[in-house]
Amino acid sequence: MKFRHGTFSYLPDFTDEEIGAQVAYALSQGWPVSVEHTDDPHPRNVYWEMWGLPMFDLAEPDGVLAQIDECRATHPGRYVRVQAYDASLGRQSTALSFLVQRPAQEPGFVLERQEGSDRTQRYAVRPYATNRPAGARYEGG
Amino acid sequence: MTISEESTETKERWDPGVQSYAGMGYWNPDYVPKDTDVLAVFRVAPQDGVEPVEAAAAVAGESSTATWTVVWTDRLTAHTHYQAKAYRIDEVPGRPGEYFAYIAYDIDLFEEGSIANLTSSIIGNVFGFKPLKALRLEDMRIPVAYTKTFQGPAHGIVMEREFLNKYGRPLLGATIKPKLGLSARNYGRVVYEACRGGLDFTKDDENINSQPFMRWRDRFLFGMEGVNRAMAETGEIKGHYFNVTAGTMEEMYERAEFARELGSVVVMVDLTVGYTAIQSMANWARRNGVLLHLHRAGHSTYTRQKTHGVSFRVIAKWCRLMGVDHVHAGTVVGKLEGDPATTRGYYDTLRENHVPLNPANGIFFEQDWASLPGVMPVASGGIHAGQMHQLLDLFSDDVILQFGGGTIGHPYGIAAGAEANRVALEAMVKARNEGRDLLREGPDVLRDAAKGCRPLEAALATWGEVDFDYTSTDAPDFVPTASPSV
Amino acid sequence: METPRGFGFPPPGQHGPAAAEAGADAGEAAEPAPLADDAELDLEADEATARVEETLEALDAELVGLASVKRRVREIASLLQVDRARGQFGLSSSKPTLHMSFTGGPGTGKTTVAMRMAAILHALGYIRAPRVHVVTRDDLVGQFIGHTAPKTKEALARAAGGVLFIDEAYYLFRPENERDYGQEVIEILLTEMENERGDLVVMFAGYPDRMAAFFSANPGLSSRVPHHIVFEDYDHGELMQIAELMVAEENFRFDEGAREAFSDYLTRRMRQPRFSNARSVRNAIERCRLRQARRLVALRRPLGKQDLITITAEDVHGSSVFTEDAEDEGNAETAGDGGGSGAGEGAAG
Repeated sequence: MKFRHGTFSYLPDFTDEEIGAQVAYALSQGWPVSVEHTDDPHPRNVYWEMWGLPMFDLAEPDGVLAQIDECRATHPGRYVRVQAYDASLGRQSTALSFLVQRPAQEPGFVLERQEGSDRTQRYAVRPYATNRPAGARYEGG
Repeated sequence: MTISEESTETKERWDPGVQSYAGMGYWNPDYVPKDTDVLAVFRVAPQDGVEPVEAAAAVAGESSTATWTVVWTDRLTAHTHYQAKAYRIDEVPGRPGEYFAYIAYDIDLFEEGSIANLTSSIIGNVFGFKPLKALRLEDMRIPVAYTKTFQGPAHGIVMEREFLNKYGRPLLGATIKPKLGLSARNYGRVVYEACRGGLDFTKDDENINSQPFMRWRDRFLFGMEGVNRAMAETGEIKGHYFNVTAGTMEEMYERAEFARELGSVVVMVDLTVGYTAIQSMANWARRNGVLLHLHRAGHSTYTRQKTHGVSFRVIAKWCRLMGVDHVHAGTVVGKLEGDPATTRGYYDTLRENHVPLNPANGIFFEQDWASLPGVMPVASGGIHAGQMHQLLDLFSDDVILQFGGGTIGHPYGIAAGAEANRVALEAMVKARNEGRDLLREGPDVLRDAAKGCRPLEAALATWGEVDFDYTSTDAPDFVPTASPSV
Repeated sequence: METPRGFGFPPPGQHGPAAAEAGADAGEAAEPAPLADDAELDLEADEATARVEETLEALDAELVGLASVKRRVREIASLLQVDRARGQFGLSSSKPTLHMSFTGGPGTGKTTVAMRMAAILHALGYIRAPRVHVVTRDDLVGQFIGHTAPKTKEALARAAGGVLFIDEAYYLFRPENERDYGQEVIEILLTEMENERGDLVVMFAGYPDRMAAFFSANPGLSSRVPHHIVFEDYDHGELMQIAELMVAEENFRFDEGAREAFSDYLTRRMRQPRFSNARSVRNAIERCRLRQARRLVALRRPLGKQDLITITAEDVHGSSVFTEDAEDEGNAETAGDGGGSGAGEGAAG
């Protein structure tokens, strides 16, 4: 199973050159960029762990790539994504978000059901990985 | 001015009988519109022998305080305050016998937060008025003071993206086809396949309500099964626009509430339910955290012909005030009506916080939305993956691209069709961000992306050459040197 | 599209920033084939050479004096041009180390030269943008444990692809305090400077004697900084030239008396503490303008163009260096510009 998360989740995983080009685009738009990671890929898990603060006022992507590398080296078994923020009035939200690492094995999600009345069902999507405690969910942590 | 002259004027104005509208104060070329005035520009085609100024004044009169004859009861009111003023008239370039009439309405003429009331005034009686051959409401300026009396979009573009956790690219959707006849179980299958293949949304068509072949409740149950299965398979949030359009408001609420209970992120209504019903649904949508999609069913009956009716850019403004989160706004390149400049005007009206005067795009007035959230425009109807570069270039990121036939008609199946569209879209966004020229290099980008994605290859082979190149009926007519009219 | 490698596979750290830079510049054509052994390369005809020459000329026009500095800049530029030419013949040699130290008193044009040097490095393709990110100790060193590394990395990230100019670099090193976080900065800088793939150029600047001490205490750093440029203090004549240029630039002029008075002023001021070369000249002229304005207003008569552009001896003589309490002028100046040697240090620029 391939976790479809972020702006480019249906393209082949990006090379570092491709990551650099997208980060350069974000910087050219004046968007600060940050790195985040998680081992809970639930589609509604909004708050991934922040790898440092967003990086402001950069001209070149090198600094972001260095942070991505550090984050990947520390958490080789986690999902890592890059977030770019648009602080302009009327937007003030995430502008771009894409994965830069995924765990080697992705077990995917279980769809849990609960019978309700009148043929209704309650659905819940849960990552198989969260059967295990945080930190021990993917190989390499 | 002496006292005796003034009393003569007064006497003539209030003489019983029929007076010219212009003479009654509905034409006032010296009037300077106030910031709080509602402004409208009409395309007026007077009957032969009717002076353009009188026609403009008549429109102002009939859409505000006037009736066909002088009534003394006007004199019990501050009538000059309430009467609308036609303050400017321009010939329509290249269209003899047609005029753009600019009319200002005091904000006191309208009930707060009611599109029904606004439209009853402005397009109420006046469109059937005999001295006019035809009449079209081209554009309106909604003052900030009036805008602030509306809720506005239940969630808006930014909140929708945060809600769905999807950023930096257009969203993808598809209308389930065939529109009519599928059983609920088969219908849910299409939802599932399209969503798991890579679409963000699927959609009921405008006329899918609750017919004998598929009742609404069954559709909702099977549809949500498809949506949830697709979420588990992809790990991303999906939605199906459940059309809750029904014969009564009570019925619509019941359906919307059921969709919410099943966990749907979005419901939809048709424009045919009426402005008040749409506003009620928008309020419901905000209270319940459910996105509201609006299908503009029926609009072409009055928006398409440029001589008579209401321009869609006005409908778009009303939609933003009424508070929908999505509205169909044209594709330019697809099968339905859409001049590029005019369509651009609709998109700006729906998405931007401040829309400057731009007659070339049919924008007659500067419009300040005062931070009312933006509405996500939907491009739907005869578009396919092979046009992805044009679509991204035209509409940028804040748009929902709906590929109904282009998904469901894919030779490898629905999921493959969805995947083809998603890969084409993401490849194009990636290329744009890398600084490539979409219009020139777009076809190459698509071909390169297709090398790694067989469904896209097949889609390009199937539809790559299809386009709908007909002349638009609703291109903007404008005075190139038009000075700001506000 | 090249064979997708994908981020799922590279072991962390293997594909650093350098690899990504290539991606950012992917628009450029691939490396051309090396020239034949018997080919000839006309440096004069090279477009990059033209831009270097332009920059050097601008430097000449912009800065008075500084002959030895200009000579060193030209030498470095030549070295890099030749290095580039060798590359075009396919003669591989290790990538030149470009980190530099600029030593000299305040107001001697170090920042201006750094900007021009950045333009030269950019023209020759050694850095990606002719950008100079100026920092001091405060921008690099944190207040508490764990604060320094992020701050320094942030500065490196901002300077990426250009020049990191560290002013008064010796403040990074405080041998008297073993736990000073400055040492951490030096270690991070060293790692960055030793990165063969990186294209960040670090320039260290400060007073000559203190810089010498700094480098001798940090031999690792010193060995990575092959280019030293020494900025001499300006002599009296050069300072007068700078003053004339600055005055003309602002659409003023010295009359005869003022010129003599300003020359006298410089002689006195140069003997005083905290003399900052070109920056002191600029500050002195600013104050002359202030006194001129005061004088003109006090005239209480219609003013002509000549009145407005002329600085007279009286305007110069109002300075406190001509009075007993000479300290005032120096103090005013230090307070006026914070005593740093930042971007304002442009001399006659």
